[in-house]
Amino acid sequence: MTPDLPEANESLLSTVAAPAIWAAHFLLSYITAAVWCAKVAGADGSLVAVQRAISLYTVLALAAIGLIGWRAWGRHRLGDSPPPHDQDAPGGRHRFLGFAGALLSGLSALAVIFSALASLFFGSCR
Amino acid sequence: MSTKSAQPHLLTCARFALAFAVLPLGKGSTLEPAGLAADRVATLFWVLTIGATVIWLVVVGLALYAVSASRRPQSPRGSSLLIVGGGVIFPTVVLAGLLVWSLSMLPGLLAPAPAGSLEVRVTGYQWWWRVEYLGAEGATIELANELHLPVGEPVELQLESHDVIHSFWVPALGGKMDMIPGRRTRLRLEPTQVGVYRGVCAEYCGTSHALMSLVVVVEERQAWERWLAAQAQPATSPGEALFLEQGCGACHTIRGTAADGALGPDLTHVGSRASVGAGVIEADVPGLEQWLAKTAHLKPGVLMPSFGMLPPPELTALAQYLAGLR
Ligand code: HEC
Ligand SMILES: [Cu+2]
Repeated sequence: MTPDLPEANESLLSTVAAPAIWAAHFLLSYITAAVWCAKVAGADGSLVAVQRAISLYTVLALAAIGLIGWRAWGRHRLGDSPPPHDQDAPGGRHRFLGFAGALLSGLSALAVIFSALASLFFGSCR
Repeated sequence: MSTKSAQPHLLTCARFALAFAVLPLGKGSTLEPAGLAADRVATLFWVLTIGATVIWLVVVGLALYAVSASRRPQSPRGSSLLIVGGGVIFPTVVLAGLLVWSLSMLPGLLAPAPAGSLEVRVTGYQWWWRVEYLGAEGATIELANELHLPVGEPVELQLESHDVIHSFWVPALGGKMDMIPGRRTRLRLEPTQVGVYRGVCAEYCGTSHALMSLVVVVEERQAWERWLAAQAQPATSPGEALFLEQGCGACHTIRGTAADGALGPDLTHVGSRASVGAGVIEADVPGLEQWLAKTAHLKPGVLMPSFGMLPPPELTALAQYLAGLR
């Protein structure tokens, strides 16, 4: 049996949300460092403040991605439409979107960690 | 008509072929590192290449196995393990390891050379390099198209550009660094082996971009000091009258003479260089004669006028004078 699936759950938004946070995290980290070095600290300045900011962005991004991933996983577990979820029916779509969202959340979380790692190795604007 | 025009065409082609024939100016491979940074890059390259080859072989092997294996069912548990282990965990761990390893190399390579290290300013021009050794108390020794460095010592390069974006790259010694108009970038090199290395411009900068080479000579400290002391001397070769008379001094400086132009390379010791025109031809009398007579053929678009209209004896005299500036 297929439980009632609200129409909104078939929206693609839930799958692109996590990669969008990854993109925003990347952009924000980059812009923060660029503006900090160009306007505040100077070419030889310290990056410690930027490292802190990027750590904060990273914690927030990971929390949001975790939440999205958790909810996507829940969506995937809803219903009993069999894998590989490629039937042209609401139940299959629902589980497929949930699964895709969960996998993309995992990928995005990893990417956010990788980009944040780079900032840990540079202590100066040089 | 067509047969008549074919011949000049052929000639032009031959001249271009001549122009683009590259002088053997020294070793220029990233895979034969002779500097600290190049050494790290080469290590990274080999680890990545060998590692990627092994992974490729395993993946292709698995694909062949999948195609040829018997059709008996595989255990779902084993398959899941392979997918999660080989498709998720393994790449994540390998990529994270490589990322941390390569990132951890960077700060050391980017750090400025310790205070008191040799400092050299290199300025990119279309299509040559101005080289200034920055001594104590602001005294500079200006040269062009050739960089000599003492072996085993860090050197701090200040990179600038006079016109468009160039990029400084001596593959055997280290990474490349852009030279951007209106900005100063820096690069730290630390040569580890005596030798002659080829540098190139690594950012397309106009017609003769490919003819913008730099000779880098790495030598023992003592030999280097002797060389620098000699380069610091004014010119000694007699016969500058013709040079001045032809107006070369409007663009070129020869220390110790009235020539003090700044548009072109300093020629005070041009005869001591491995080449002229940033690597297009030898710095001997025949080479210099060619350079003066066929400047734009040797180096298309060059910002120096050709002096092919001078009578041959004057060209020879000029070439002899320049070759004598050692
Ligand atoms: C309008 C300015 C100008 C004048 C006049 C001029 N040159 Fe040049 N010259 C240059 C420039 C620019 C270069 C660099 C060309 C390049 O390599 O792209 C150059 C390069 C050279 C070089 C090669 C230097 C090296 O180390 O590679 C020699 C030698 C030279 N000129 C000799 C002469 C002589 C001799 C005259 C006079 C007969 C002369 N030049 C007149 C601008 C000028
Ligand atoms: Cu260039």
